[in-house]
Amino acid sequence: MLSDGRRVLNNLFTAMNKKNNFMTNSDLRGGQMLTRVNRRYFLRSAGVATTLGVFVLGACKDHDIVPGIDGATVDLGEGDVGILNYAYALEQLEAAFYTEAVAKPYAGMTDMEMRMLTDIRDHEIIHRDFFQAALTPTGMIIPGLALDFSSVDFSSRASVLGTAKVLEDTGVAAYNGAGKLITTPDYLVLAGKIVSVEARHAAAIRDLLMPNTTSFAGDDIVDAQVNGMMFGLDRATPPKQILPAVQPFFKTTLTANASVFQ
Amino acid sequence: MNIFKLIEDIKQVDAEALDRLEFASRRSFMSSLGTKLMAAATPVALASVFNKAFAFTPGAIEVLKFALTLEYLEDEFYKAGNAKAGLIPDMYKPVFAQIGKHESQHVAFLESALGAAAPAKPNFDFTAKGTLPDSLNTFDGFVFLSHAFEDTGVRAYKGQAGNLMAAEDKPLLEYALQIHSVEARHAAVARKILGTIRNRPEIKPWITLNEGSPAAVYAGEDNTVQGGVDINGIAGKSKEAVTEAFDEILTKEAVFAIVTPFLA
Repeated sequence: MLSDGRRVLNNLFTAMNKKNNFMTNSDLRGGQMLTRVNRRYFLRSAGVATTLGVFVLGACKDHDIVPGIDGATVDLGEGDVGILNYAYALEQLEAAFYTEAVAKPYAGMTDMEMRMLTDIRDHEIIHRDFFQAALTPTGMIIPGLALDFSSVDFSSRASVLGTAKVLEDTGVAAYNGAGKLITTPDYLVLAGKIVSVEARHAAAIRDLLMPNTTSFAGDDIVDAQVNGMMFGLDRATPPKQILPAVQPFFKTTLTANASVFQ
Repeated sequence: MNIFKLIEDIKQVDAEALDRLEFASRRSFMSSLGTKLMAAATPVALASVFNKAFAFTPGAIEVLKFALTLEYLEDEFYKAGNAKAGLIPDMYKPVFAQIGKHESQHVAFLESALGAAAPAKPNFDFTAKGTLPDSLNTFDGFVFLSHAFEDTGVRAYKGQAGNLMAAEDKPLLEYALQIHSVEARHAAVARKILGTIRNRPEIKPWITLNEGSPAAVYAGEDNTVQGGVDINGIAGKSKEAVTEAFDEILTKEAVFAIVTPFLA
């Protein structure tokens, strides 16, 4: 597992050196398209990166209507790579959700709300593309996932912010629950760097819904118990519980069959 | 484990727990059969969880002591602020009462974990030797120090996660992460309130570049190197957004340098 980890970091370095060539044009489902493109690309060739930008733009046209694998089953994989794929899946979901929410603002969205949702969208896209860059060269990256937002009414403030609240709280619990499964110290720190930003999002969204109340860190969510008592602890939820909870947002079926998730 | 001290702590923290404790205690006095019930329903059970923790690594114990010292600082600060008449406007009282409640809970939790190894609570000077004279005098001064303490706390816990990776420390790692994200929730709302009362919308719930004061609290937050690689420009996003998307660690030494002026 450790050697896996080192390999991922090495691969990340290699991939990131090419970032100028493949990290553009990714706001609108770009992650999914780029995933396909990058997988093909890395399988075919490790060089001639300068042509990739053109290739990506061409591919975007070709695949504009294909957001991911519909109805397919995707397993997250083993070890630290599996955990990173798990995070990548959740970040794909969040990035796509906020991209939609910003593209189709609900009626009466204030300037402040638009700024906040745009900021969060950008953070989630950065997280998604970061994981994509880290995972792509391993050959073990999950593909772009088909998403299902049919439960969300993007014209409704309550629906959008209510969904955002659930996604952020879930993200916090998911990262907290995955921490002890990670074996590579650098990945644990990376997860820590991201989870506190997700917690900031969760608090900000909750405060939009119920300003200046206890909701930002409410007793309904900072409610993890130790022997039946509350100690000001956020939730830490294992992947096996998170995945069924978020599955309705995915048309792709996600499985976590490897031993790291058991 | 000083059970009487623990009970005192729990009293301050959780009235419902106190009820359970008293219920269980009555049961145990009235019936010899109550002993097991008490163990299952009261903080004693928490202590027993951590008694196994004498198998925790020495490094993990040091992390707990470090965390408890920071939680003492925060807890005493909110106790003082929340108790001071006229300091916090009514509209913001629920926020700071909630933060204060959590910090008291974190103190009780860490004291329970450490038992006799818990460090003594220091005496604090929230003016930092006079450099922040308004910390408990004006709401602005109070919120300013609140956001600085919370952002420091987030970075401090994050910086220690790597010291809790031994197999026997994994439960502690998870608890530490669970506190860490609560501190981040606190930080976000304290920052929002600071931005609101100062009419400074650029103070967001998240940290942009290394902007903020005191400078030492935000030093290095403008880092764009993640996983050993500079991701500035990723996804075509601004450096501001890239730095907001990742919070950074602080070393124990850097945290002590920030905190030391607040020790009386």
